[in-house]
Amino acid sequence: MSRSMTGARMVIEALRDQGVDTVFGYPGGAVLPIYDEIFQQNDIKHILVRHEQGAVHMAEGYARSTGKPGVVLVTSGPGATNAVTGLTDALLDSIPLVVLSGQVPTFLIGTDGFQEADTVGITRPCTKHNWLVKETDELAATIHKAFHVATSGRPGPVLVDIPKDVQFATGEYVGPKQIATPSYQPVKKGDLGQITRLVELMEKAERPILYTGGGVINSGTAASQLLRELADATGFPVTSTLMGLGAYPASGKGWIGMLGMHGLYEANMAMHDCDLMIAVGARFDDRITGRVADFSPGSVKAQIDIDPSSINKVIHVDLPIVGDVGHVLEDLLKVWKSRGRKINAEPVRKWWVQIEQWRSRNCLAYRGSDKVIKPQHALERLQALTAHRKDRYITTEVGQHQMWAAQFLHFEDPNRWMTSGGLGTMGYGLPASIGVQVAHPEALVVNVAGEASWLMNMQEMGTAVQFRAPVKQFILNNERLGMVRQWQQLLHGERYSQSWSESLPDFVKLAEAFGCKGRVVSDPADLDAAIQEMLDYDGPFILDVMVEKHENCFPMIPSGKPHNEMLLGEASTEGAITGTGAALV
Amino acid sequence: MAALNIEKGASSHSAYDLRDPNAQVIESHTLAVLVENEPGVLARVIGLFSGRGYNIDSLTVAEVDHLGHRSRITIVTRGTPAVIEQIKAQLGRIVPVHEVHDLSVEGPSVERELGLFKVAGKGDKRVEALRIAEIFRANVVDSTLESFVFEMTGTPEKLDAFADLMRPLGLADLARTGVAALSRGA
Repeated sequence: MSRSMTGARMVIEALRDQGVDTVFGYPGGAVLPIYDEIFQQNDIKHILVRHEQGAVHMAEGYARSTGKPGVVLVTSGPGATNAVTGLTDALLDSIPLVVLSGQVPTFLIGTDGFQEADTVGITRPCTKHNWLVKETDELAATIHKAFHVATSGRPGPVLVDIPKDVQFATGEYVGPKQIATPSYQPVKKGDLGQITRLVELMEKAERPILYTGGGVINSGTAASQLLRELADATGFPVTSTLMGLGAYPASGKGWIGMLGMHGLYEANMAMHDCDLMIAVGARFDDRITGRVADFSPGSVKAQIDIDPSSINKVIHVDLPIVGDVGHVLEDLLKVWKSRGRKINAEPVRKWWVQIEQWRSRNCLAYRGSDKVIKPQHALERLQALTAHRKDRYITTEVGQHQMWAAQFLHFEDPNRWMTSGGLGTMGYGLPASIGVQVAHPEALVVNVAGEASWLMNMQEMGTAVQFRAPVKQFILNNERLGMVRQWQQLLHGERYSQSWSESLPDFVKLAEAFGCKGRVVSDPADLDAAIQEMLDYDGPFILDVMVEKHENCFPMIPSGKPHNEMLLGEASTEGAITGTGAALV
Repeated sequence: MAALNIEKGASSHSAYDLRDPNAQVIESHTLAVLVENEPGVLARVIGLFSGRGYNIDSLTVAEVDHLGHRSRITIVTRGTPAVIEQIKAQLGRIVPVHEVHDLSVEGPSVERELGLFKVAGKGDKRVEALRIAEIFRANVVDSTLESFVFEMTGTPEKLDAFADLMRPLGLADLARTGVAALSRGA
């Protein structure tokens, strides 16, 4: 059956066929035909943002919390360039996004037309793939391909650039089933020989560790279930990257906490001293490895990853398994069970004794106060007052508060933790929280923020109010760029260059100005009541938590140092970062 | 713990060989990249090299299958074994890339490059240039009373050698296509 329609109609038709229920966007000259089609239908909800960067982060929050791709619609030129930070963020964190951008009509391309930018050129290095559609007949197929590429293999953002004349012209619509991508065929199943070799290593390992990452969450909830089954059946300890929190529950018996630069002492020590490291959907980021030359020197390393380029990129891996985490874990469990469920029990028991010794250092300890709110205490109270909510979703901005949130909040399920890990984008959390709330209208969505990050996309409070997204903005306000200040203390002789927040707004009045509610709290005695008010309020809420201004985030692996040279709280930080470490970020 | 030691190269099922990852020796590799001939595909390949700091010593590209919309990009690159492996993996994940072949490790291959050499001179130098061109089996494709343009096909090393000999004889201009390469045998 031939289905002829305009390009603009095709966009809506294709989104509908892809099961899209929500689009985050902002109109402009080059996408008006598509907005006209949006006006004339009710299947797809459009969330009008206040800035295109906000749209992309909202789509990321939507995607990360649902497992479905996030969809963004922006205009040409500045609309597209404003999306670039979000695209890069999504690329580094492997978040599936489909961004549709308007473009000047094909006959104006290359003439420096009004609001013209070389969008596919600009976004080529920050997307998994992108397309400029020059024929309306190719538009529907291209959009379907875009969804396929964004969501399969290692997920990532894609962009489809649609000139305005292509939107107006009429062409033939094709459905999702009629497309093929012969050059793009991601591998799903892992090699059984390699998997069997990993099982052999697991049977003999004396000091094993499962090092899990965002790939487990991207693989889907089944992968998280399989990870839990594997960890609990073998009794192997589990650590996770920032991006992987929630894949294995924080209450699980194998959980030893997040690893990395601000990870837990026991997790980093276990990584350093293990004899079998099983990386599952994790990519040996520099925040994880510390000094590469001294990274886990005595271990055999196995890595399960869907992206062959993640293997041997930073750390040499002895046993690579290319495949989807869920599929590989399923096969791994099958093989391990069929061989008699063996582990090297006695040495693994001793390994746990060692881990418990490390754990007893209580690396997250901090000096409490009844005069001023400690940021760690604020997060402990947030955890205590929200832990009963199974539908609790947390987003963060970037900085000290983000690391404290990762340390002090506990995640029992995947897709509950949205944070900018790879790119470290300040301004991510507020729009991401709105994207999560739009996808889960009844859920509790809290953005743990620092005041400086939060200001970067604060215009999106307007979006939250307009669309009645009752997001809770939990701002740990130290009137500092806390992480920058911490590094200046450690690395630059306490010369605090430009790292304080001057002329901050009154966040309570700001909340009122946006049409929602705010409260400031600075006395530890009032903290619980303030948090409860935030949680109980039926609408968006900004809680301005005035915290200790000079608290440092510990534990910390100083840059250029290996895992077993962590700084613990209250330790001397003098000369902590020296030599080549000083050049690292 | 000795029990867990696994030998280098033990994972024969892997797409990756387990050569010494810490080897710092710089190797030259010729890669054949078969791509969908679509707009921007060359920019994606080149952008990968510049964005990730890899070297390109030579690059050629042309459509090789008009009906199938396939182009072949031949890249000569340099790097440590780990970097070469990473380049191949990164190329492989570009969406319109069909195949990546490392002709330097996948058995014997032939490499050829075409060069055009303009040599200007009179008298003895002109005669000498022509004599050496014959030795190298270069063709004269243009001639004036004061210049020749020689065309020569060969390995990059042969073209280098010819250029070195022509330089003192009045090499005025030089154009090279970059390397095209194919594996030997069927």
